[in-house]
Amino acid sequence: MKSEEIIKPENMVYQPTHLLNETQMHYCPGCSHGVVHKLIGEVIEEMGLENDTIGIAPVGCGVFIYRYLDIDWQEAAHGRAPALATAVKRLNPKKMVFTYQGDGDLAAIGTAETIHACNRGENIAIVFINNAIYGMTGGQMAPTTLPGMKSATCPDGRDVEVTGAPLKISDMVALLDGTCYVTRQSVHTTPGVKRAKKAIRKAFENSMANKGTSLVEIVSTCSSGWKMTPDQANKWMEENMFPYFPLGDIKDR
Amino acid sequence: MEEVKLMKGNEAIAHAAIRNGVDGYFGYPITPQSEILETLMDERPWNTTGMVVLQAESEVAAINMVYGGAGCGKKAMTSSSSPGISLKLEGISYLAGAELPCLIVNVMRGGPGLGTIQPSQADYFQTVKGGGHGDYRLITLAPSSVQEMADFVGLAFDLAFKYRNPAMILTDGIIGQMMEKVVLPPMKPRWTDEEIAEIAPWGTMGKPKGGQPRIITSLELDPAVMEQNNFRFQAKYKQIEENEVRYEEMNTEDADYLFVAFGSSARICQKAIELAREEGIKVGILRPITLWPFPTKRLAELANQVKGMLTVEMNAGQMVEDVRLAVNGKIPVEHYGRMGGMIPSPDEVVIALKEKVIK
Ligand SMILES: Cc1ncc(C[n+]2csc(CCOP(=O)(O)OP(=O)(O)O)c2C)c(N)n1
Ligand SMILES: [Mg+2]
Repeated sequence: MKSEEIIKPENMVYQPTHLLNETQMHYCPGCSHGVVHKLIGEVIEEMGLENDTIGIAPVGCGVFIYRYLDIDWQEAAHGRAPALATAVKRLNPKKMVFTYQGDGDLAAIGTAETIHACNRGENIAIVFINNAIYGMTGGQMAPTTLPGMKSATCPDGRDVEVTGAPLKISDMVALLDGTCYVTRQSVHTTPGVKRAKKAIRKAFENSMANKGTSLVEIVSTCSSGWKMTPDQANKWMEENMFPYFPLGDIKDR
Repeated sequence: MEEVKLMKGNEAIAHAAIRNGVDGYFGYPITPQSEILETLMDERPWNTTGMVVLQAESEVAAINMVYGGAGCGKKAMTSSSSPGISLKLEGISYLAGAELPCLIVNVMRGGPGLGTIQPSQADYFQTVKGGGHGDYRLITLAPSSVQEMADFVGLAFDLAFKYRNPAMILTDGIIGQMMEKVVLPPMKPRWTDEEIAEIAPWGTMGKPKGGQPRIITSLELDPAVMEQNNFRFQAKYKQIEENEVRYEEMNTEDADYLFVAFGSSARICQKAIELAREEGIKVGILRPITLWPFPTKRLAELANQVKGMLTVEMNAGQMVEDVRLAVNGKIPVEHYGRMGGMIPSPDEVVIALKEKVIK
């Protein structure tokens, strides 16, 4: 079959969401960011929210999400997305408001904003890409870097005696009364992608229903930062990340 | 008839915010400005105008809440005092870079560091020379009475939205805490979403049906494009410098000498003018109302008339640099200041005028 025939409407079995535009993404092979972008676009389209959504972009590899997904966006300073989202949602209570943040953004420089937005129960969704590293700045140690894991700023592996243990921020915010839904997912397998999409949908529905704060952690790969092939990175994530950051719902009320 | 009320400068800011249809106030307590947040909480405007008032977890969070609100085309504001403003500077730079209108109130106290809770004007440089990173400018209004505290809230928002730029009211613990008569501005309703769509079509309210997505950002990795953005900002700043300079002059017609002072220092200079004139010294005052844009042109003109100028500031000599730039060596320009929360007396100011300028 030629490609012209494949794209005929009668042969079409799958089509990317129209919210995902033609701009070429800057992500490395094997990166989880692009998959999660697509899921966010699909959920917004399926929920009919493209004119009622405001997204808050992070500083990190996800910074240019606003170039790829055609919705209204605000680009925050590093770590401050939940503060922006707080005001955006309070001033527009009928809109769907979500942040998209990496582990450095959400669990290091932005820890205070994350915890207090969750504690106030802001009616926002937080999509949290935990790749255990600072991808954008070239692979430095993140708050979620695993014990013994090497990075540009812990070349001998993370020494928990010196730098503390990986921060389980999702478990922390699940303890707060303000959160209604906290879950940990991955997008490295087809069933995982389906579950992650469901989780994002639930979080976005919670924002629309003003139920409190939802946080969807996506345990992610960063093959460049981890210095692995995409395939090795997926295996490494299963063997090393999942025991420390087990997948599944942490809280759902 | 207009109703005259007696209140603190900080309270006037809070009432003026409600009356100007402000959509959101986000702040964190710090002396000497906590009455702004307290008055707003006590007024409960969420029941009347629908204004959101939120005590944030820090000044960092508060200024970023302002960014979020301003990014929706809403009227958003915060207030703080010097140490808290230092924390807000990252956010202020981002607001300027994303061209977002908003109001920041700084009720200055003495520094550096934790310093004192007593009044000061030592954040002049921080406010008009940048403070945050990058080539940006902050429209800066310096009230010298409780009435101006009330009046400048509306003016600040008008200018901020006219130019899509953050604006600051730079005041100090004296004006913030003192009680004076004030006529509050008339009640203006908050803008409706339809009005915002007209006034601030760039605001993120959910992508318009059939329209383009709106993106609020200060990021541009391509240096050639980023330079163009900077050119655009600079052109805007030049326009503001041409159109928005505000100042007040008193006793300048026959003046041989000139005080240059803003805010509460200008009030002190008014008394000093009386004392000096009793001694036969003809002195007047130029009080900049906008600290940026600065009344450079008018000061240059006055340098042709007077024999010397004295800036009176509650700092080690900050605005004096801008006055010297304006005068460009034509006449002597000296500074007299007190620091760390100390307030100069009118007598001290007259002595300084004699010793430093008249000689
Ligand atoms: C105030 C500030 N500090 C530091 C940086 C540099 N910086 C940019 S992205 C980043 C880390 C991003 O890591 P993460 O949030 O984990 O996102 P990832 O790139 O891994 O997706 C850092 C430190 C910055 N932009 N601003
Ligand atoms: Mg990361």
